[in-house]
Amino acid sequence: MPSVWIDYDRCDGCGLCAKKCPYDAVEMRDGIPHILEQCTCCALCLEACKRGALQTDLTARTVPDFSAWKGVWVFAEHQQNALQAISLELLGKARELAEQRSETVSALLLGDQGDPLVQPLFTAGAHRVYQVQDPRLRHYTTDAYTKSLARLVEKYKPEILLIGATDIGRDLAPRLARRVGAGLTADCTELSIDPEEGILLQTRPAFGGNVMATIVNRFSRPQMATVRPGVMEKRAPEPLQGELVAEQLEGGDQDSRVEILESWTEEGERIDLSKARVIVAAGRGAASSEGLELLEQLARSLGGELAGTRAMIEEQWLPDDRQIGQTGQTVRPELYIGCGVSGAVQHRAGMAASRYIIAVNKDPRAPLLSVADWSIVGDLFQVVPELISILSRRI
Amino acid sequence: MKIIVLIKQVPDTTEIKLDPKTGNLLREGVPSIINPDDRHALEAALRLKEAHGGRVAVLSMGPQQAIDAVSEALGMGADEGVLLSDSAFAGSDTWATSFTLSRAIRKMDGFDLILCGRQAIDGDTAQVGPQLAEILDLPQVTAVCGISSFEPGASGRSQVLRRVRGGYQRLNCTLPALFTVVSEINTPRCPHMERLLRACKTKTAIKHWNCADLGLKTQEVGLAESLTQVITTFPPKTRRKSEILEGDPRSVAGQLVDRLQDNKLI
Ligand SMILES: Cc1cc2nc3c(=O)[nH]c(=O)nc-3n(C[C@H](O)[C@H](O)[C@H](O)COP(=O)(O)OP(=O)(O)OC[C@H]3O[C@@H](n4cnc5c(N)ncnc54)[C@H](O)[C@@H]3O)c2cc1C
Ligand SMILES: Nc1ncnc2c1ncn2[C@@H]1O[C@H](COP(=O)(O)O)[C@@H](O)[C@H]1O
Repeated sequence: MPSVWIDYDRCDGCGLCAKKCPYDAVEMRDGIPHILEQCTCCALCLEACKRGALQTDLTARTVPDFSAWKGVWVFAEHQQNALQAISLELLGKARELAEQRSETVSALLLGDQGDPLVQPLFTAGAHRVYQVQDPRLRHYTTDAYTKSLARLVEKYKPEILLIGATDIGRDLAPRLARRVGAGLTADCTELSIDPEEGILLQTRPAFGGNVMATIVNRFSRPQMATVRPGVMEKRAPEPLQGELVAEQLEGGDQDSRVEILESWTEEGERIDLSKARVIVAAGRGAASSEGLELLEQLARSLGGELAGTRAMIEEQWLPDDRQIGQTGQTVRPELYIGCGVSGAVQHRAGMAASRYIIAVNKDPRAPLLSVADWSIVGDLFQVVPELISILSRRI
Repeated sequence: MKIIVLIKQVPDTTEIKLDPKTGNLLREGVPSIINPDDRHALEAALRLKEAHGGRVAVLSMGPQQAIDAVSEALGMGADEGVLLSDSAFAGSDTWATSFTLSRAIRKMDGFDLILCGRQAIDGDTAQVGPQLAEILDLPQVTAVCGISSFEPGASGRSQVLRRVRGGYQRLNCTLPALFTVVSEINTPRCPHMERLLRACKTKTAIKHWNCADLGLKTQEVGLAESLTQVITTFPPKTRRKSEILEGDPRSVAGQLVDRLQDNKLI
């Protein structure tokens, strides 16, 4: 196995190697770096060292020639004849990436009655739509969708392929990536093109939102990523007209290893928090019918929606479509007001991109305060009624 | 009947602290646990075993200390465990992880079902299950929250409930298959003390395999075989004003509404 070692004659103990290591495999002891067992020979420390003290017998992996792979693709997810918001968000981002690569954007539309959706895809930024229409694609199934998309990828060779990190996307993307032989980065929150290498920089939270990691995919194409709904911004619609390419679903007898017997939605209108301009989030500090009544009123007076932490959903104070966070929804409202919310990382992972953040908490050390624009240290049962009464007078 | 459950040992991310100066993760003293979803997968397997007989095997890839996770699984009722450990596996992305796991599964003799957690709380990708299903050419169902029927055998099938946004799906799936499960599916049992002690002491039910045992070369696994690489890590940004409003409830409420108005939020 190749290894990385330190030439201590050259080392000045600056510690940059330890800082750079994404695996915590370089430890500084008494001002001297040591390479620990968990070293993966990723060689990032070599780049960090200004004095050439880090050495390796690793032979650099050669990057294959990918010049035939072009363009940015977006998987267009839709439901009941409407495009999902994530598809539009991805098209917006895809345009930005394609411009930097001087390339075009294509959307992939699978289903049995796609026609009404073609124009909206152009309007949202697609230069081209690849459409596969077939009754067997009416509902999403892993096998049929993977098969169709893999064929398109192999035929047209996109450089980048983006898929929403939705229930469908998370089922589809890993399977497809494995089939076409591509690396895949999950749940990205930022995407950009590296100006030097021209590759896709994929940034995502890791360790429950405690760190951000930037990941690249140098050795395979397409560069695939799933993206969380609600984190990218849509483009303003433009009355564009693009090219429509019709494709067939090949292979007559799709194997039906998994059969959908029935699907049903839950009673009542499920709300989409990603559309709310103002969100009032309830945490365990508001866990009483009185507390929720107050926050509901506050949300109403600001024209916003009530949401909550996982604790509030687990204790059944709120339905699960109102959970914000790592295992709930990602939101980016203009205004987020967290009341009685401690601000655990898993919660912050879903709301940190809000434009303005307000915390109301009894505890001055609650982590939410450290990401808030304005904080009120106090009892929400006293503060919120005052807020409601002032708001009712001023607006 | 045989079920293989994939378990990963992960740091308890709710216990992670950041170095306030450098923003680096302070991993020291962070307890390691069985990934929460994987516990539910194991519980689901144990319940199927109780209903249909057969065996439950757990498979984990990780450093030597992941033996604790495997032992705990035996304590919960798994019959056998396999730990894949080799320094060459370090730095595996999901491409390399699913490949290595698939080689181990081929070496284990047969199965009716593979159960994974939907996602691991450290890497948090939810990719390993589907990628493994692809390599083994198995049908997959992700985010399973209920198994309503299970008929292993030659033309085996299983009916499952799957959580999808806004509702549920009931699906029929041929066996063998791979399911990834979510926490809604059950409440995991605690390890049985005697079993746990036995598992920790004797360790005979745990096999250790390294790269060579899987018939693989070091350049076929780990970071060398991964398609994605982490190039940097950094603390999440916070670029907020962080102003604390002071005064009695009426006064702070007034100050806040002023700020909302100044910033045209109302
Ligand atoms: C794998 C995993 C995934 C998770 N995913 C999510 C997720 O998606 N979303 C999520 O939210 N959580 C998630 N969690 C849970 C998360 O770690 C926290 O436990 C949770 O967010 C805490 O919720 P809370 O802030 O409501 O409760 P607590 O942490 O109990 O905080 C309550 C707060 O209210 C304050 N308070 C009490 N009374 C008052 C009062 N009268 N006035 C003002 N303040 C008051 C307290 O000071 C305290 O800060 C996840 C955890 C795990 C392990
Ligand atoms: N190293 C590993 N060893 C065993 N199982 C794993 C490993 N990594 C991932 N898994 C399984 O795959 C699931 C999803 O993991 P991930 O794709 O990392 O989110 C986990 O819940 C485990 O069941």
